[in-house]
Amino acid sequence: METTRREFLMVGTKLLVMTSVTASALEHIVAGAPEAAASYNVADHWWAMLIDIEKCIGGGHCVRACKTENDVLDEPMYFRTWVERYHINMSDPEHPIVDSPDGGINGFSEKYADGDGKTFFVPKLCNHCTDSPCTQVCPVGATFRTNDGVVLIDKDYCVGCRYCVQACPYGCRYLDPRSHTADKCTLCYHRLTKGMVPACVEVCPTGARQIADLKNPKDPAHEYLRTHKIQILKPQMATGAKVYYNGLDGAVR
Amino acid sequence: MRGPLKDVEHLIRLAALFAAGLLFFAVARAEFVPDDFGKYGHYRAGAITDVAAKPMVYAGRVRCTECHEDEVNEAAPSKHKVIACETCHGALLKHADDPEVAVPKVDAQTLCLRCHAANTGKPSHQPTVVAKDHSDEDSCVPCHKAHDPRMDQEP
Repeated sequence: METTRREFLMVGTKLLVMTSVTASALEHIVAGAPEAAASYNVADHWWAMLIDIEKCIGGGHCVRACKTENDVLDEPMYFRTWVERYHINMSDPEHPIVDSPDGGINGFSEKYADGDGKTFFVPKLCNHCTDSPCTQVCPVGATFRTNDGVVLIDKDYCVGCRYCVQACPYGCRYLDPRSHTADKCTLCYHRLTKGMVPACVEVCPTGARQIADLKNPKDPAHEYLRTHKIQILKPQMATGAKVYYNGLDGAVR
Repeated sequence: MRGPLKDVEHLIRLAALFAAGLLFFAVARAEFVPDDFGKYGHYRAGAITDVAAKPMVYAGRVRCTECHEDEVNEAAPSKHKVIACETCHGALLKHADDPEVAVPKVDAQTLCLRCHAANTGKPSHQPTVVAKDHSDEDSCVPCHKAHDPRMDQEP
């Protein structure tokens, strides 16, 4: 029998479609095997951070530790966490004076004498929002919130468009000029998954920073959250921020 | 060609072209999108393992205690007992893994004042001094040992 060109094309196309469908089905079956996770189960955790403003002394240990642990760039000076000093002058409480020299990495200079208004420190970092604006704007699926509540960046997928840098209401993201990809606090995910606390929490001399696993019923954070005056930053933006501040002044933005 | 197919031929060609395009897209997508993309959401599941695989730099105080129990006991009666070793001594996982790795010297004066300098806005319960008035900016260490800074201790 003689095959016409049309028949050949039809049969060929059918065969091609069938092979590709079978191949992709097979891929799904093979990919179904769960990846090996040593002893860390994502479903068992929901990470958050507690920051006690009343305990923070503005020593900048957290800023230095974060830079060391995560290889955060010094020049230009970028931060995954930084400390701000708020000074509220009672004659003009609506306009607090905020400074953060080099992110507070070397502590703060002597500037405000005792009794001269109210002065306090506000450590800041990624809020690891439940409904994060930064992950929603990413056009390539390079940033996401994991099922244990940490917002991460896929360095291989990030195209460096900076949408997320603009979307973050807390100013927690920057573009790393070495890799031209977005960068931010990972809540030291490489430490959490090994049962360690983040570097900033480890070195805080006053315990102003505490990591909290809200899926662990035995975590003391539950009682802390119930019995303290807890606030989050910019609650009106409904980001589901998970950095909980105790004793936060209403002047903090 | 005659009959009903006369005017439809170009449509068939167009349909074939469309099918070929669709096939090309399906094959290219299967080729370029990683298997684990979309496993948990609109992202590559492997990115989580990539981030988690980063090496640590800080050892954590449990590791320090394994060898340096004396220093930990020294600090135990003082308020400094809550402070992690690496707060002052710096990141030392390399040293913990290999004790041969030297531990950098710390500048006690700078470190003391980071936490204990007055008038920077620290909360009132934090013990602070104006270095000039307190010790004429001399070193803190002759009077206060860093691990146990209480004054009534043997120097």
